[in-house]
Amino acid sequence: MQGDWTMKRKSLNGALTRRNVLKGAGALGAAGAATALPGVARMAWAAGSDQPIRIGFQVHRTGIGATYGRWYERVTNAATRVINEAGGINGRPVEIVAEDDGTDPKRGAEVVEKFANQHECDIAYGTLFSHVVIGSAPRAGELKIPYFVVSEGHHVASGMLNRYTLQPGITDVKSQVQAMAPFVAENLGRKVTMIFPDFAFGHNHRDFFSEAITAQGGEVLEKIAIPPTETSFTKYFARIPRDTEVLYHVMVGPSVLTFVKEMGEFFGGAGPALFGFIDSLEGVDIATPGLEFLEGSYFWEGMPRYAQPDDPDYVKYYREQVGLDDNGASVDDPKDVSTNAHMFACWETLFTIKKGMEDAGYRGPQDRAALIEAVEAIDIMLPGREHPQGAKVFNGRTHQVFGEQYISRVKKGRLEVQHHTAIEEGFYPDEVDYTKQPL
Amino acid sequence: MRGAPVKSLALHLGLIALLFALQFVLPAYHHGNLARIMVMAAYAMGYNLMFGYTGLLSLGHAMFFAAGMYGMGLSVQYLGLSAGSGFLAGVAAAFALSLGVALLALRTSGVAFMIVTLMFAQALYLAILHFAPWTRGDEGFVIPRAARVFLGLDLADPTIRYGAALTLFALVMLAMLCLVHAREGRVLVAIRENEPRAEMLGYDTWRHKLFAVTASGTISGAAGAAYGLLFGYVGAAFAQVPYSIFPLLWVLLGGAGTLIGPFIGTLFMFYLIDIASGMTDAYMLAVGVALLLLTLFAPRGIMGVIRERWVRWLP
Repeated sequence: MQGDWTMKRKSLNGALTRRNVLKGAGALGAAGAATALPGVARMAWAAGSDQPIRIGFQVHRTGIGATYGRWYERVTNAATRVINEAGGINGRPVEIVAEDDGTDPKRGAEVVEKFANQHECDIAYGTLFSHVVIGSAPRAGELKIPYFVVSEGHHVASGMLNRYTLQPGITDVKSQVQAMAPFVAENLGRKVTMIFPDFAFGHNHRDFFSEAITAQGGEVLEKIAIPPTETSFTKYFARIPRDTEVLYHVMVGPSVLTFVKEMGEFFGGAGPALFGFIDSLEGVDIATPGLEFLEGSYFWEGMPRYAQPDDPDYVKYYREQVGLDDNGASVDDPKDVSTNAHMFACWETLFTIKKGMEDAGYRGPQDRAALIEAVEAIDIMLPGREHPQGAKVFNGRTHQVFGEQYISRVKKGRLEVQHHTAIEEGFYPDEVDYTKQPL
Repeated sequence: MRGAPVKSLALHLGLIALLFALQFVLPAYHHGNLARIMVMAAYAMGYNLMFGYTGLLSLGHAMFFAAGMYGMGLSVQYLGLSAGSGFLAGVAAAFALSLGVALLALRTSGVAFMIVTLMFAQALYLAILHFAPWTRGDEGFVIPRAARVFLGLDLADPTIRYGAALTLFALVMLAMLCLVHAREGRVLVAIRENEPRAEMLGYDTWRHKLFAVTASGTISGAAGAAYGLLFGYVGAAFAQVPYSIFPLLWVLLGGAGTLIGPFIGTLFMFYLIDIASGMTDAYMLAVGVALLLLTLFAPRGIMGVIRERWVRWLP
């Protein structure tokens, strides 16, 4: 399997030639022109079937994932509007059928059944939280309904799921933390203490980052797991070894703000360098009183929250369509901070679905298998309006996408991008080949 | 079936026959829903044995459901047991846990009993997270489709799944029917109504409550093991507090201390959520209002009111 990846790297290097980029730019230009001509586009689907392509959107409107879900829904609606204004998919409009899964795996599976058997959706899409994905994926496989998840969990690429489950819009945790290790080791320090939530998401960080930093010649001095029911964190900070050079933190859930504030109170401006995953502060304003100590610290971001001076036009376009101001909050409410490090993947996943359906000549549920094969055949995704986060490589065997990661630093209460990793830094050997499973 | 009045037997067999017949006419979506509802109704019937018939209010029943689910899941995943053996392992795990919890928790009563069961359930949930290398923590894990085959039947097939769910539901319902008409069932009701009086009459109420908790936990575990096998997923979410509260609500809605009540409550609640969630994000508010109205106007639940007013022989 390592051999496959060597080939993949070569093909990536080969694919990202100027010629291919120009080809891609041409395609983007065409897409852009179509976007600018909604009237023409509407006429276009008049020639095809007027039956919409129905995409079942499994959304966390309630439960622990509601903050993410709210923004996932906004991005989904924005991308759908853009796709429809540009002619829809195969000349047909796209219709989003949203159902709340309550961020619960049982309800998640029920919602997938509802999409397949009641709403007669063509595909299911959109899930973030890992336990909902893992709870729903078996039903998607049994119902043979393509299930496009936006979860960043390693569960897809680990081989746990099935051929009908794909993650083409967001990189997984294993890839993300692996790509962070070289930057951390070279710029912040090699003696790391990790603080993470004591459940699977945190354990992924613990295991994958420990391995990656060791490969960089570093070491993890202490691994501090925080129980998920914890509401007070100061006692855990006392366990941080004195010779720690970097404190790696990642938290999720309703207590994240308390966690970060108590961390600031504990260190009081001194202490080790801080490197965190923005998950700790997704949906939270960096300028919140009590977070001043984060000034100068570093964060992983899937996509920058704040507008950057060198943002390409396609990033500006994405932010405008989604309704983000320069601080990454809603243009309608500056206090409504986005989850941009993750939600961009809804946009990109929908455009990948569009490409897959177009490549497969998708007409209806009878073409679901062809859609899976078409998406599996997607290799390179060039940056542009369809992929504003950056270039990506999709591994059709593992159903997982790989892409660039951003490392940002807090300066004057804003996150400024300091570094972005190469796609190859997130590669790892295949752990499954879903293409060998029957459709 | 000695002691079970003919009407009662006919009613419950009629329900089972109706559920059997429905599979041939229901659309795919409702067919799948009903399979799920029957498994969860078996869980609710287990809960009802302890709460509705014995008067022991547990706030931690999810631990028994999860014990069955994980007992099955872990043994299939790591010991390579077949679906049938895995199911039995799940039932055995739930039996062992419920016996252990009963021995300790029954040293308390009333509010203390509720708190103790809640704490035990929380301990099990945290243990599942703690042993994440095996349990996969909160994410849970998938039971491979190849392992979900029982006597050559693919449990992921909709018809087989429906049949398996109906079999579990029917077995639990008939066992409960036998129990409530047997001497043991009457003693449990006596304990619920007036425990000191039952004691005064010479019954060893502690021993009968031990039976009720253990049987209730084992039935709940059987439902958990079946759920994991039929729907292919084992996860810590099923050990969390909401899954201890759900059977309480299902039983209260349907009618505590009635045999059909848990099924009616589970069915009602499922479709209430399913329909209300299509209309508003605040669908749990609809559930809350429904419960409020029920508490005000039908405090004994749907079947409880029917029994009180019209069908007094209803068990």
